[in-house]
Amino acid sequence: MKLITPNIEDFNSWTVDQMPTGFVMPGGLSEHYITGGWRSMRPVWNAEACTNCMLCWISCPDSSIIVQDGKMVGIDYDHCKGCGVCVHECRFGCLELIREDQADAAKEA
Amino acid sequence: MSQLTEIRWHARAGQGAVTAAKLVADTALMQGAYIQAMPEYGPERNGAPLKAYTRVCSEPIEVHNTITNPAIVIVLDETLLDTVDVTEGLLPGGTVILNSEMSLACARERLGVANDVTVAVVDASKIALETIGRNVPNTPIVGALSKVTGLVPVDAVKQRLTIMFGKKFSQEMIDANLASVDRAYKEVELA
Amino acid sequence: MSTEIKAFSATGNQMVAEAMRQAEPDVMAAYPITPQTTIVESFAKFVADGRVHTEYVTVESEHSALSACVGASAAGARVATATASQGLALMWEELHITAGMRLPIVMANANRALAAPINIHCDHSDIMGARDTGWIIMFAETAQEAYDNTVVSFKVAEDARVQLPVLTTLDGFTTSHAMERCEMEDDDTVRAFVGDYVAAHPLLDTDNPVGCGSYALGDCYMKTHLACRRANTGALSVIEEYGKAWEAICGRPFNVVDTWGTEDADYVVVVLGSAAGNARHIARELCAQGRRVGVVRPKVFRPFPAAAVAAACKTAKAVAVMDRSDSIGAAHGPLGAEVISALHEAGLTMPVKNYIFGLGGQDLTNELMTSIFDTLEDVAAGTASPALSYLGFEE
Repeated sequence: MKLITPNIEDFNSWTVDQMPTGFVMPGGLSEHYITGGWRSMRPVWNAEACTNCMLCWISCPDSSIIVQDGKMVGIDYDHCKGCGVCVHECRFGCLELIREDQADAAKEA
Repeated sequence: MSQLTEIRWHARAGQGAVTAAKLVADTALMQGAYIQAMPEYGPERNGAPLKAYTRVCSEPIEVHNTITNPAIVIVLDETLLDTVDVTEGLLPGGTVILNSEMSLACARERLGVANDVTVAVVDASKIALETIGRNVPNTPIVGALSKVTGLVPVDAVKQRLTIMFGKKFSQEMIDANLASVDRAYKEVELA
Repeated sequence: MSTEIKAFSATGNQMVAEAMRQAEPDVMAAYPITPQTTIVESFAKFVADGRVHTEYVTVESEHSALSACVGASAAGARVATATASQGLALMWEELHITAGMRLPIVMANANRALAAPINIHCDHSDIMGARDTGWIIMFAETAQEAYDNTVVSFKVAEDARVQLPVLTTLDGFTTSHAMERCEMEDDDTVRAFVGDYVAAHPLLDTDNPVGCGSYALGDCYMKTHLACRRANTGALSVIEEYGKAWEAICGRPFNVVDTWGTEDADYVVVVLGSAAGNARHIARELCAQGRRVGVVRPKVFRPFPAAAVAAACKTAKAVAVMDRSDSIGAAHGPLGAEVISALHEAGLTMPVKNYIFGLGGQDLTNELMTSIFDTLEDVAAGTASPALSYLGFEE
């Protein structure tokens, strides 16, 4: 049976009776929870050097390596917390960790 | 008024007192009674003195404690008389059934009970050795209990015993146990 | 006559195992501990003999046992288990998780003392450790009632209005191991009564994915707890409803609060579990002598049937509450505090004497039981103190 809840964005305003029994929540809610803002360091991907070995994909604790048809296509910056594990694991030097403030400065410039 | 009969069993672990306590209860239940049967709980150590209890009543039994004032005391091992006060709390006019080869007079003296207490002696160990082939006095002593107290008819005891042992033992073993009940029923002496 | 044909002898543990077999859980994960062992041992044999189609999971501890049960229940299975004493203590964190996740697991507990010193005998120290976890807790007086309560437990736990785990308890050894006259209904009757369990949002429904046991802060955490409290409190009427439905089937009375002689009693004893039989046994004798005494036995401790307990005490000049565990450092034992609170809410002000008794299997003799009724008269007259005392160790 599909779990029906009031608007998930407003879950803090649900009444006691609206709380799902046992706090069983709809699946996939973490997608709506933007944790990218927690980042102080940012991994930057060099697509041309990438061999699609998938070591970064298997190591990422936040499932933030975006893969389509068996090939890496980018990084999900909405959820990447900048831990740097992917950079550490990459054998081909195509992931680099830079300061988030400099990344923003680079973007603005 | 409800008719409650309380039995306390004294034995050494391994002599089958708990089985006997349950056999009496089960037989009484077949006759329509309410029953309780329980060992004195604790670690089982072969040879250690133990007590077991049987309650038989015409009404549902509500009380849940050990039996301190039994109407009937059954002693499966006479060596217990040296260390255990088996007649402690025995009701006036009660009954003691002792597995021993001693005489009735000797038993009464050893037990030191009042004149109104019925004392019965049966050599259940000898009967068990001669019928079952092992010193397990528990089944014969139930035959003696039937004769002495009339609490449960001996035929009902044998019927229940057949059911109880039917799943576990050979027909030969069941027959030997039934024979031990009959012999104790005939051989028990009382005064 | 029909009851005589139905009656047979069994221990409380055998009866619980039979009730669980008849309810046919999908999963049982259990670890043996005295005096509960023969429940899970019998059940394992039922599984081995093909008499019940349950996935029986052997685990390395009670912590794992209830953890496995939590997983199975969240996956949508009907789940049962059993434990006692140190085993229940080892389950402590899962007890809260089970209730918080609202998983309708049925668990039997053969009430036993906690170490130290080591003691395998009956008291309520173990089960009272679970009183604030959100579980529904029932106390059986007899082997027969352990069976009836266990059957009803499945119905209550899985009801959409409740959705809470149930501890169906029986007194260790006194009820778990003593052989008593019992009856049971046939398998089809129990299965029809209990019915099938269909979990609303099982984890294994991959078309409708859900997240269980997620993180909650502040308001969400408080609201989830409040919902749990409401479900537990509201379960009282559901227990009553299914208890009465079961009573109609089996013919054995099912009362959330069992009372004897309380209509006009001057002195009332409140007690849980098997000891209530001892109290009634003595109360009958005293009433035959012309004294007006009564006995109150809450069958359900969580939710606590406060109004019914208070109503049963209303004519009393003094009330004794017998606790089979202590709440060390508190003014009263767990039941004592509960009853005093219930009387206060009902505006009743008679003195209440709280006894701690039967710890570690201490025998509740007829003499000790009689002494409680005797002392109550002195408490009412103001010649004895109502302060808590250890029965048999008064100074």
